[in-house]
Amino acid sequence: MNYLGIDIGSTCAKTVVMDSDKHILEYFFLPTGWSSFDALDRIKGQLSESADLDNVFCVSTGYGREAVSFANKTITEITCHAKGAQYLFGDTPMNVIDIGGQDTKVISVSKGRVEEFFMNDKCSAGTGKFVEVMANRLGVPTNDLNRLAENHTEDLKISSMCTVFAESEIISLAGKGESRENIAYGILDSVANKVRTLYSRLSDDDRPVYLTGGLCEADYFLKLLSDIIGHEVKTLPLARYAGALGAAVLSVEKFG
Amino acid sequence: MRLIDELPEVFESFAEQRKKSFIKVKELKEQGIPIVGSYCTYFPKELAMAAGAAPVSLCSTSDETIVDAEKDLPKNLCPLIKSSYGFAKTDKCPFFYFSDVIVGETTCDGKKKMYEIMNELKEVFLLRLPHKQDEAAVREYRNEMVRFKEYLENKFERTISEDDIRAAVHLNNRTNRAMKDLYGVMRHDPCPITGYELFKVLYGSTFRFDRLELTEEIEEMTARIEKEYEEGKNIGKRPRIIITGCPIGGATEKVIRAVEENGGVIVGYENCNGEKAVGLEVSEDTDDIYEAVARRYLNIGCSVMSPNPNRFKVLGEMIDEFHADGVLEMDLQACLTYDVESRNIRKFVTEEKNIPYLKVETDYSQSDVGQLNTRIAAFIEMM
Ligand code: SF4
Ligand code: SF4
Repeated sequence: MNYLGIDIGSTCAKTVVMDSDKHILEYFFLPTGWSSFDALDRIKGQLSESADLDNVFCVSTGYGREAVSFANKTITEITCHAKGAQYLFGDTPMNVIDIGGQDTKVISVSKGRVEEFFMNDKCSAGTGKFVEVMANRLGVPTNDLNRLAENHTEDLKISSMCTVFAESEIISLAGKGESRENIAYGILDSVANKVRTLYSRLSDDDRPVYLTGGLCEADYFLKLLSDIIGHEVKTLPLARYAGALGAAVLSVEKFG
Repeated sequence: MRLIDELPEVFESFAEQRKKSFIKVKELKEQGIPIVGSYCTYFPKELAMAAGAAPVSLCSTSDETIVDAEKDLPKNLCPLIKSSYGFAKTDKCPFFYFSDVIVGETTCDGKKKMYEIMNELKEVFLLRLPHKQDEAAVREYRNEMVRFKEYLENKFERTISEDDIRAAVHLNNRTNRAMKDLYGVMRHDPCPITGYELFKVLYGSTFRFDRLELTEEIEEMTARIEKEYEEGKNIGKRPRIIITGCPIGGATEKVIRAVEENGGVIVGYENCNGEKAVGLEVSEDTDDIYEAVARRYLNIGCSVMSPNPNRFKVLGEMIDEFHADGVLEMDLQACLTYDVESRNIRKFVTEEKNIPYLKVETDYSQSDVGQLNTRIAAFIEMM
């Protein structure tokens, strides 16, 4: 019997398969696309033998968690991220920042349990969506923003918090001949500042900080975020799978 | 209450009460009984009752009229204020329509300034509510009680005797006690009924005019719930949540549903749907009945008070009494007093009471139901 964690986020769907000893057998991600159901079909297609669907326990999470009809349980991404963070970073009390497609959240975690959490309100500032829209506007893949920003020559500030206004601000900056590098910096700086506002609401902001979610591999962003928060923010490449990892771990713990 | 009905049907009939009372209010009006509309828990309904009038709550809970309200009021204002004004302006609320007078209080800034504008639509009598709870404030509010009584006498051309007031106090105390006993059933673990069922009765009751009958029905209902509980009826063990913050109703029932659809149960309402509204009684054992009424209302732990110790005291007692596993604060968007106070409520709940706390901010739209669900589900998963 194996254990499956599926995290269907608004932009990215992540899947992790584990055995009963919580060893990872398989993991992958694919774009969610236009519908969670469609993403689920593609996940099923990609799962290898290790996850024979008739023979797994599955916990689903994320924005599209209800779409996973065969899931034995659905658990929110907040609880799953806390579990995933414990799997990756251990038992010590920590704060987890997750920059997701449409939600950014900060979670105080201790031994894999959520102690407190805050999420962004209705607006998309400081989320993956914001980064995606802005990168699009610059005509570069999201992943390139990090590199571009690293080579900036000026600490450019984007003042609009609202995605729509920030987009027009970027257009006018570009129109004035501002470099892509500086604009890329401005975008990441704006995200990091928005995250800081959320982060500062945690009762105990003086703990090791870990980043999960889509921006884990952006090393320059990590540095920027660390500077702005005033704490070194650490991560691991697998941290982008934190939600699915947590779901798989919870599947083992609940059904194993 | 026909006794043959199953309890869930009885709860449902309370949920329909607002609509049912539309006809009732018209009948009362035709019988020459004055209608006194109010918006806030600070409204001393005993005085209206003593005047032989029918008090009715006008607090509006739907976003239907917000667009109309925003023609006159700022967009960035609490939805309760906008909706209330909107219903008044568009004449879509039969209770407002039939009200002879509206009674407002100087509670939060948004509301008291709105009343100034509402006064152009219908006469608003404004009670000057002090924002502190010391003896000087009691004296001040007492004088307001007298001023209100005199206003009612003039307006409706009748005299109100102290005995009239005492009789109203006596009845209303009994009603409040009945309500408090009713939600006392939530002390049981597992709970006998859901928090949503309880809410329907509390909320529906505010639209009942037959106060004595209502009281008897509630008393019967409580006895019946207790009896069925003894016979083994309950809803099973669930994480137990206390609600605090702004008033809930209509559109914001989405918060109650989110708690209970995600496996929790609401064991108490430390807000104007429950404890703030009916948790206190007017002392009957007193020479100065005006002072007694003033004292009872002034003691409400609403965030418009500064400081506001009673909210912490009552919340703490409820957490213990109802064995709460968590406190969920629902604040309406742009409600500054509750929003600011939430910092200390959070500290109190998490540091002194050592249970989880979550604040959600919402309005009368349904666009955030998904987000609310995720937050509240995660909150319940913490327990
Ligand atoms: S929350 Fe305060 S101002 Fe609002 S209805 Fe209740 S007592 Fe009145
Ligand atoms: S919810 Fe807050 S802002 Fe709205 S009327 Fe009540 S006290 Fe005022």
